Amino acid sequence: MSTPTRTPAGAPSSVGGPGGRIGDDAQRPDGVLKVRGEFAYASDLWMDDMLWGVTLRSPHPYARIRSVDVGPALAVPGVHAVLTSDDVPGEKVYGLELADQPVLALDVVRYQGEPVALVAADHPDTARRAAARIVVDYDVWEPVTDARAALGHPTWNQVHDAPAAVTELSRESAHLHPHGNLVRHLKVRKGDPEPTADVVVVGEYEVGMQDQAFLGPESGLAVPGEDGGVDLYVATQWLHVDQRQICSALAMPPEKVRLTLAGVGGAFGGREDLSMHVHACLLALHTGKPVKMSYNREESFFGHVHRHPATMRYEHGATRDGDLVYVKAEIFLDGGAYASSTPAVVGNAGTMGLGPYVVPNVHVDCYGAYTNNPPCGAMRGFGSVQTAFAYEAQMDALAAELGMDPVELRCRNAMELGSETPTGQVVDSPAPVAELLRRLVAMPLPPEPATGDDVDLRHMPGGVSNTTHGEGVRRGVGYAVAYKNVAFSEGFDDYSTARVRLEVVGGEAVATVHTAAAEVGQGLVTVEQQIARTELGVDAVVVHPKDTAVGSAGSSSASRQTYVTGGAVKAACEAVRGRVLERARGLVGRPAGDLRLDGGKVVSDLEGVALPLADVLGDDAVEETVEWRHRPTQALDPDTGQGFAHVQYAFSAHRAVVDVDTELGLVKVVEMACTQDVGKAINPQAVVGQIQGGTAQGLGLAVMEEILVRDGRVQNPSFTDYLIPTVLDMPPMRIEVLEYADPHAPYGLRGVGEAPNISSGPAVLAAIRQATGLPLRRVPVRPEHLTGT
Amino acid sequence: MAEVELRVNGTSSRVQLDPRVSLLDALRERLRLTGTKKGCDQGACGACTVLVDGERILACLALAVQYGGREITTVEGLGRPGRLHPLQEAFIRFDGFQCGFCTSGQICSAVGMLAEHRAGVPSVVTPRLAATATPLSEAEIRERMSGNLCRCGAYDGIVDAIQHVAGVDDRAATAEPAADR
Amino acid sequence: MEFLQPATWEEALEARAASRDAVPIAGGTDVMVGINFGRLRPALLLDLTRVPELQQWGTDDGAVRLGAGVPYARVITELGDRLPGLAMAARTIGSPQIRNRGTVGGNLATASPAGDAHPALLAAGAEVEVASVRGTRRIPVADFYRGVKRSALADDELVAAVRIPPRTGPQQYSKIGTRNAMVIAVAAFGLALHPDRRAVGTGIGSAAPTPRRAPAAEEFLAGELDGLWESRAELPPATAARFGELVAGAAAPIDDVRGTARYRVHALSVMARRTLTWAWADYRKGDPACA
Repeated sequence: MSTPTRTPAGAPSSVGGPGGRIGDDAQRPDGVLKVRGEFAYASDLWMDDMLWGVTLRSPHPYARIRSVDVGPALAVPGVHAVLTSDDVPGEKVYGLELADQPVLALDVVRYQGEPVALVAADHPDTARRAAARIVVDYDVWEPVTDARAALGHPTWNQVHDAPAAVTELSRESAHLHPHGNLVRHLKVRKGDPEPTADVVVVGEYEVGMQDQAFLGPESGLAVPGEDGGVDLYVATQWLHVDQRQICSALAMPPEKVRLTLAGVGGAFGGREDLSMHVHACLLALHTGKPVKMSYNREESFFGHVHRHPATMRYEHGATRDGDLVYVKAEIFLDGGAYASSTPAVVGNAGTMGLGPYVVPNVHVDCYGAYTNNPPCGAMRGFGSVQTAFAYEAQMDALAAELGMDPVELRCRNAMELGSETPTGQVVDSPAPVAELLRRLVAMPLPPEPATGDDVDLRHMPGGVSNTTHGEGVRRGVGYAVAYKNVAFSEGFDDYSTARVRLEVVGGEAVATVHTAAAEVGQGLVTVEQQIARTELGVDAVVVHPKDTAVGSAGSSSASRQTYVTGGAVKAACEAVRGRVLERARGLVGRPAGDLRLDGGKVVSDLEGVALPLADVLGDDAVEETVEWRHRPTQALDPDTGQGFAHVQYAFSAHRAVVDVDTELGLVKVVEMACTQDVGKAINPQAVVGQIQGGTAQGLGLAVMEEILVRDGRVQNPSFTDYLIPTVLDMPPMRIEVLEYADPHAPYGLRGVGEAPNISSGPAVLAAIRQATGLPLRRVPVRPEHLTGT
Repeated sequence: MAEVELRVNGTSSRVQLDPRVSLLDALRERLRLTGTKKGCDQGACGACTVLVDGERILACLALAVQYGGREITTVEGLGRPGRLHPLQEAFIRFDGFQCGFCTSGQICSAVGMLAEHRAGVPSVVTPRLAATATPLSEAEIRERMSGNLCRCGAYDGIVDAIQHVAGVDDRAATAEPAADR
Repeated sequence: MEFLQPATWEEALEARAASRDAVPIAGGTDVMVGINFGRLRPALLLDLTRVPELQQWGTDDGAVRLGAGVPYARVITELGDRLPGLAMAARTIGSPQIRNRGTVGGNLATASPAGDAHPALLAAGAEVEVASVRGTRRIPVADFYRGVKRSALADDELVAAVRIPPRTGPQQYSKIGTRNAMVIAVAAFGLALHPDRRAVGTGIGSAAPTPRRAPAAEEFLAGELDGLWESRAELPPATAARFGELVAGAAAPIDDVRGTARYRVHALSVMARRTLTWAWADYRKGDPACA
């Protein structure tokens, strides 16, 4: 029988067939491999002489390490290496924005699950048994587990007591306080500092810790190189930021630390930080053998950052007519033990924390804190998800106070083209906030459920678990709208690199696109092909494996890759096309002004010319590499939070229809409807997929998803107790995609992936509130909240 | 150590292994059939769904040694070289995945589910508990596919793909003999 | 590490007697989780899936004798008419894939308070048939559960079958989960009306250290139904409400990640009241063919 060996050479590379230009429902080049089970995910990689690496993690959220004895582990037959922080040759701490997280624990562990030691052995079970024999003597301390308490007592029981190194990635604007427990405090001040209003609504809100719960746990394979360097095949979101951090820890130059993207089983922000990357490289370099590390589901819960839990207090003031006068907000984000991307998350939560509304007077304080809870960082929606639950609840409360329709109140205050944001930025591309809402209202509502003898349990809250035949069930409808910055903000040098080659192979014109942009399932490889086909007029487009042999593409996060890497591919294609057409002009011998590439030919309608590319290029390949940047953004003013901080906004709105069993507190989401402006749908089918996926994750946070942390310890690190929506929890959707071009963006496109993740959950909450009449200040909503138990 | 004869996708292999090894690990690490995925290793995600004698089970909750001599079909055994199984084709056409990590399990589960449906297995407890099987409506497919998580949220595409195949020709979606693989 | 795969029941019992720390495995849905995460490292695994007797069910002495190895999927398809409560419980277990392998025998042997089959077995008045080389004995299911994941099974015994009286009246099963599929019960309730003997059966899951009956509720309701069995008159709402309170009163739940004790008590009272209302409505229709 065939035994496919997933050697690194099997890393995904993709070739496209005909069709699939900009605006088409192009099919994924990796689709056939994925449906056949032949796509090589990181956990599928295999080399015959490889070792297995495992991680010993701290059982305590906060403790001093008195000693580590690795002797008993080394004595286990089959063990090739046992490493601790002493074996880290370079910088012993790393981080996305702030290098404060130990590669392996130094003298103090600051969260449950912090890596302490590594073992490589010839069998994973041997490695696990050996790791269990490592003796670590801990002096256990009382953990700091409340973000507000951590900030309220900055001199008490500090989680970090030493200044941390600021890395090149740190935003200039980030007010990083290396001493104490404050990661960042963002102030946004606008208008009258002491405004008054006819109607005032105050609310406090809380959002629990959500997990990305990607289905393919962290995994990678490190292979020692003959040059003393290392090759790492890993599932990640940003190869080059990984490379920078690995180089720092290994004290090696980039040319000795080469990364290739292995197949990624979902990411959603959880692969932006390092997990096993440095560990696998260390073990490979120490043993001289390839080392594979794969987390199981339980370890995965400790192996990546989560979405920041938030506590928020909002005060909205409005006129009797429903015009917003002011908003005051205090937002606390629990960053957990290490900074990760907390500074940028604070930036998003603070600057966009009032929603897509025009607010003349603003007073926002947003804090990111260190605690001994699990580290939190990037997750789809990045700081905007938490605040949307608060500001949309406030808008509904305000509407109730005013006796207004909640959608009308939103439309009345909606941002539009030319509006000024709370941070003083003028919205300079379409912002159809009111239209998104009005289109939702115009959609038909789903039918009421049958009850009594005709009851279909599949449509009841509780489903076939048979908890109601209609008793206690009330329907609710809720609306929410949200916005999100696209790409990196606050003056960050955000760019992508694309290398595009055009050549004739076997008589056929073939384009090759090489970027380091991570395909995480969103379909970026499809988009790269569509752009190359459109710009170069060829059918065959090879997407080169994603690696560090080309410059950085930036992160597959912040809804940015279609915009930024798409822009880079477009620019590189244009450069290639320019050179090809220049050659063609030489061959034609006349200044043909309308030369273009189409169907593998150079075409001029005016001159009646159609030159096959083979005639133009011969055996030559035309290759261009372009580093492409979006418009620069600015740092925020440190005192007022004002500035042109965001390059683009994405807008989406949701309507949720729910049936709530008010007596048992069970919720059935009956329908989700979404409207979103995407500027230009490069791949409409993939756009719809992003909207569905974002909606599902927002729904999950609204009604079921939470990492429960008690005294710094995770209570539910499993898929039996951390629940994500099944196909029965996620209802069918109605989706309308609007395409109002952003004149500043390639093809007018807008980033898509995150906005629907933000507006979905608040719409579900609004619907549940309408069904129950309860205020519901905390998500996820549990049956206990709905039943007062 | 125990020896077991694993019959996978029409091919028989004798494998020496620790009796505690799951069928999932035996497929992935011994036979190098990595199409079957390990998402949770505790029966809570469905990514490791395979077919045993045509019936869908979770390979992570099965000991390899329990399945000696049984006909096991994994995603690699569906379709033929150069020709996709109708469900594989439909998953592509209807965009039934993004990252694809759950896809092997979804497709094997769908093959088993369609077979169950043909065999008259009911899906909903009341009021049709002892009644014959209902037609494969969208709601029916959701109910019967509820053991396979998709974190990318491609559920609508998954349901569309299965409904398309079920509607086109229910019988075409059976696990084809893998003998010619 | 050993593995035994007996082909007969006698061989299985001998193997069990010879190695009392052997871990029996059938559908694998409980045992494998422990093995995969290194929490269970059995010296001997005893595979019961090749014992033909365990894979069968039949009728014996008026009861359905359900072999310990019959998977939930078959309970649903083959026994829905006779054992509606158990079939309804089986429907809520795990996923379709798990129902193809998981067994009632395994549920009993694990004896988790959250096991989905237990409330239905309690309500129906089932008996567990256990066997060893010493012989066979029957244990009323209510006496079978002895503590959190502890049962009356001796260390040389295996679960052979569970004997369940077929329904003589309506049965209901209701389970709370915070998701619409693949969920462990936050609380569960099983109800069986036994018009033949003018009795009521109950079972509570996930709300005490063991699955348990609600005897006070059973007695109360049997008393209230005295006379109503014949008249098939409407059940006063206050009776259903009181029944719910008494069921809730029998629970002794804890707070855990899946729910609070207060919620569990509340949910039980609601489930008991509702399931009774449904069951009685079926009974009044005279044809409780489907619960």
